[in-house]
Amino acid sequence: MASYKATRIPSFPRLGEKVTQDTLYWRNYKTPVQIKEFGAVTKIDFSPLSPHNYAVTASTRIHIYGPYSQEPVKSFTRFKDTAYSGTFRSDGQLLVAGSEEALIRLFDVSGRVALREYTGHSKAVHFTDFSADRFHILSGSDDYTCRLWDIPSSAEVSRYSEHTDYVRCGTPSRLNPDVFITGSYDHTVKVFDSRKERSVMTMDHGQPVESVLLFPSEGLLVSAGGRYVKVWDMLKGGQVLVSLKNHHKTVTCLCMSSTGQRLLSGSLDRHVKVYSTTTYKVVHNFDYAASILSIALAPNDDSIIAGMTNGVLSVKHKKHPEDRKMVGGTSRHRPAYRVFVKGKNYMPKQDDFLVRKREKAHLKQYDKELKRFQVSKALDSVLKPHVRLKTPEVTVAVIQELNRRGTLKNALAGRDEKGLSILLSFLIRNVVDSRFAPILLTVAEMVLDIYMKVVGQSAVVDKQILKLQELVEKEIDYQQELMEVLGMMDTLFATMTAKKEAAALQSRAANGLVEVRGGQDQMVKAT
Amino acid sequence: MVASAEVRVARCGGSRINFIEPIITLDSRFLLCASGDAVHVYSTSTEERVHVLQGHVDLVTGLRLNSSNHLQVYSCSLDGTVKLWDFTDGILIKTYIVGHKIFSLYVSKFHEGTVFIILPMESSANTEAFQLVALHLPKTTGPEVEARDILSVLRDVSPIPKATSFGRGGEFVASASGLQLSVYFFRKQKTYRFSLKANDKKGARNRFTCVASHPNDDCIATGHEDGKIRLWRNFSQKKEYTYSTEHWHHSAVNALHFTPEGTELLSGGVESVLVLWRYGAGSKKDFVPRLGSAIEHISVSPDGSLYCTSHKDNKIVVMKSSRDISAIIQGLVKGETIRTDLLIDPRTKALVCNGKPGHLQFFSLRHDKQLYNLDIVQQEYIHEAGLHQCEVTKAAIDAQGSWLATVEERQENPEELDIILKLWAYDESTQSFHLNTSISMAHEGQISAMCFSGDAEATMLVTTGRDGHFKAWLLADHPDAQGEGASWSCDYVGSYHRREPTRCCFSADGSLLAVGFGEVVTVWSPSTWELLVTFSQPPGDIRDLCFGRLSCSKYLLGTTTKNLLCCWNLLTCSLEWSSTVDVILLQPDPLSENMAAFSRASGSTDLFVFKPSEPRPLFSQKAVCSGTVRRAVFAPREEVLEGCDESTQWLSCSRLYFLTEHMELMTFSTKSEEDQIIASSKQLVIDDSVAVTPFYLLLGKHRKSQRETQDSVSSHTAARIQLPQGSPAIRELLHTPAHVLPSASFLCNMFVNSLLISKSGVR
Repeated sequence: MASYKATRIPSFPRLGEKVTQDTLYWRNYKTPVQIKEFGAVTKIDFSPLSPHNYAVTASTRIHIYGPYSQEPVKSFTRFKDTAYSGTFRSDGQLLVAGSEEALIRLFDVSGRVALREYTGHSKAVHFTDFSADRFHILSGSDDYTCRLWDIPSSAEVSRYSEHTDYVRCGTPSRLNPDVFITGSYDHTVKVFDSRKERSVMTMDHGQPVESVLLFPSEGLLVSAGGRYVKVWDMLKGGQVLVSLKNHHKTVTCLCMSSTGQRLLSGSLDRHVKVYSTTTYKVVHNFDYAASILSIALAPNDDSIIAGMTNGVLSVKHKKHPEDRKMVGGTSRHRPAYRVFVKGKNYMPKQDDFLVRKREKAHLKQYDKELKRFQVSKALDSVLKPHVRLKTPEVTVAVIQELNRRGTLKNALAGRDEKGLSILLSFLIRNVVDSRFAPILLTVAEMVLDIYMKVVGQSAVVDKQILKLQELVEKEIDYQQELMEVLGMMDTLFATMTAKKEAAALQSRAANGLVEVRGGQDQMVKAT
Repeated sequence: MVASAEVRVARCGGSRINFIEPIITLDSRFLLCASGDAVHVYSTSTEERVHVLQGHVDLVTGLRLNSSNHLQVYSCSLDGTVKLWDFTDGILIKTYIVGHKIFSLYVSKFHEGTVFIILPMESSANTEAFQLVALHLPKTTGPEVEARDILSVLRDVSPIPKATSFGRGGEFVASASGLQLSVYFFRKQKTYRFSLKANDKKGARNRFTCVASHPNDDCIATGHEDGKIRLWRNFSQKKEYTYSTEHWHHSAVNALHFTPEGTELLSGGVESVLVLWRYGAGSKKDFVPRLGSAIEHISVSPDGSLYCTSHKDNKIVVMKSSRDISAIIQGLVKGETIRTDLLIDPRTKALVCNGKPGHLQFFSLRHDKQLYNLDIVQQEYIHEAGLHQCEVTKAAIDAQGSWLATVEERQENPEELDIILKLWAYDESTQSFHLNTSISMAHEGQISAMCFSGDAEATMLVTTGRDGHFKAWLLADHPDAQGEGASWSCDYVGSYHRREPTRCCFSADGSLLAVGFGEVVTVWSPSTWELLVTFSQPPGDIRDLCFGRLSCSKYLLGTTTKNLLCCWNLLTCSLEWSSTVDVILLQPDPLSENMAAFSRASGSTDLFVFKPSEPRPLFSQKAVCSGTVRRAVFAPREEVLEGCDESTQWLSCSRLYFLTEHMELMTFSTKSEEDQIIASSKQLVIDDSVAVTPFYLLLGKHRKSQRETQDSVSSHTAARIQLPQGSPAIRELLHTPAHVLPSASFLCNMFVNSLLISKSGVR
């Protein structure tokens, strides 16, 4: 008398992206808080001082937000035209901003009115920052120049006009107060030393440079422009270390995680990519609703803030384990540990005769019903909400088992309106799932056969049947399109003449064939 | 072509043990069942085979205990003899020659000196009519007696043994045939016949399938095709008979049996559930479910302590009356067809083929015993006629025996095909195969052939499918799948001009792969997947392919459907030789260069054994068997056979087994080999008053040796002083597993005794 063999639930290979440590880390953020600004958000800068407020430059204003506030704690509105590049000083006391009016303004974070105004640029100033010694301001302007200003005297210390196009970005060295780097639309990134008249290093990015970023060690420099992100080795005299092309539109902003191990790039293609700085491979990807102009990570990566062209500021806070506890409320009092081990920690002595209880095989509810040949009840038990929604593969496996036993029709028949509507909603949810499609199509056919007579008696069921029909028709169109795409790809492959290459491709296509449906799914996503 | 008289085709093991109902002896110690032309005696407690009663020359069709001497058994056979055996000693006592084919045998306690047999009716021309006759056994001495004293009892009976039953006190005999139940009363010498309609409005199918009579009540139970059981009473009248009907089985009742006290009626059928009906308690019943396969026969031991069911999958289950299964005797499982090839497991040297539905069986050819069943499908088997079951259609084992590949298939209709390719890894610790990878829909169509490469380092599996592709599968470690280890994935998909591949074969070293596409043989290099060369010998599609071995590894052999056996030389890429033989099966010997080719010739099959290097056969035998040979395999021998002459040289390292159309497993044996076997069997001293159990082996031997030592001690006064380790008792003690040892108090005495130095020895 063999024991009953439980229904086998097939495990399907997990498709799509693999879950890595990085995915888990970057997924560990709450749903974003959306804050509407007046115009495109061009710059976000975190205050180095706790509680790490951040300045958001958008349109003619600079707002300062607290880490968890949705309303600005302060705003600077004395701009007559668009403001740019609101940046904190390293002590968090001062804030500098350029503007379309060719002026540079210096604000006290606690005050309201500008402390100083620096005039001298003839065109809009897109880039301003403080030097590492805190006494100077750097600026880059559309008049092709970049200048160094003395803060107290508001005098221009030096001027470099080596760029031949707009200077839109730059960064000071944090280690050396005299060194700063600028990127320009003339495709070059230049390194300046205020003790010298001319630039000390020039790197050709190949595209208009939108953003530059220094690694914490300052041995490496990252520049973004066009679709490329390039990493330069400063110590080797500005050799390109790696060139990344992972976006399909212009990369607008760069940012480094607090540990310096991950690099983030935001682009007009609405994606933020996270790179590992050891392998320079994309390890994660964020999607946003609009093109991204600016991105910033809070110290300790507590929040990710992205500013977009449509003026929306998206703030994602990290989930903290203590948050969940707060939600859960007071925990229920559970039995003590010794309750569970009672009588089980007795060690048998040497001469004791051991009588073991027979291990009882625990069967799932559906298996119990199947064992008793109660086919309808077995199907009912897997159509319960928690099974059919969370583990549809179990439901499908039981349906498959019923089909194998030749009793699927009996199990499907004899349902009332509610039961039928549950069945139909399950079908609508899963019939186009490639893993389940073959058997669920059979089920759909059977359901239609059985319940053909009652069509028209219930509005709910009729609606669902129509929905199912629509779904199936749509899927057929989809598949047809896919076949066309496959045909096109075949012709492309056929044109490849090199024999070796063709063979390699064939074998790759073959690997795809193993999970043919999965491959199609991915293609659906791609198209 | 010399047909050698030295080599003969022999039936080897694995015959049906479920052909007739097994019987249990009076003391419930032995179980007797017919197996082909022999009767096997098994111990009911240990499942070991104690004796084989050989003597009949045709199928044994009946087996009954002698009612006057419970240590003797009657057997009848199609060869027209009834034999009386002493089954405890395995001795043939008497042979009664009847001279007609005997289909069944019955013994009644109340008719001493008479047995009842079923014979074909001589008078009528058609051979389909049978009669039940009483055979008076003459009491003359002598081993062979002619028994011609025949008295007809019932005419027009069914030849099936279970359709006839003797009633209470041997007063009547009931026999069912078709739709008619006949009851013959010996005292009145009168026959009553009761008929049922073939079918009624409710769709009942009333054909009788089996009959059982209550041992001490006037009641006959009959089983019917639609699963009904009828209990007939009051049948000594023509008109006023009554019956009651019970219905649980959903398909035909295959077997019925009353317990000796008559308290329970046992029934079984396709559902493989043993149903125990309480007699006289209406439809109250108990079940013993999931016995594994359809029940064919039921028998009960004379004391009612053991029930025994024999099943369709060549299995006999012995269970206690408490419904605990005490023993399972499993023969070679043979269905109607065998879809996998015959394989040899390199580790156990066991034959691997389809077993129970959804299983692979490992059958030891040497011991004629099933080793184990591997569950491939891993689904609950639903015993229902007409259901499309998942079947294992292909299996392959790699050369080291560490990987097993299986294909299972379920096809409900032509569109819906379910194929799962499974790969099993051998686990050293549990000594069995474990599922490693399961690939559903490995091919779009059916998988037509499958083979492993012989390469020891990188095992590769190649499958060919009806979808026009062949696929290569490799074991690969996936770093992403955490903690799952290596699994198999597709490495290459190949096709050739959209033709359908039919066969594939790896060369012995795994450096070449030959795939037959229709009438073209393509040879590929598995390392680069380059198409190296194609061979073709049109017309006629490729039927079988194989590479030569050892010194002949430069040859590739192929057979086509148009009666051609071709041998290609792979070095010159040309046809070496070809011969017009209609070869249906080509089987290489893994240990030598030899190839066996079975060819079809006018209703029978011929065998040729040859070396690929020369087109001249080493050995040939015409008409090996009637019909075609289904499968064949070379199994390596345990030890090389010595003393082979030229014609039997090919049998020296391996044996050729083949499966005939009637699913009989045959082999070739040489004369010298048979002589050896006979010689060795004579040496076996049979001491069988006790069943051979581990206890017996320990204590029985010890007692014997004790007796011997006592004798020797008394005779030789100057006996040597034995070291304690050397004494048989100690050795026995140390070499026997602890769990089978008797209690320590018992052994202690023995142990101390063995340490004592006997007086005589000191003196």
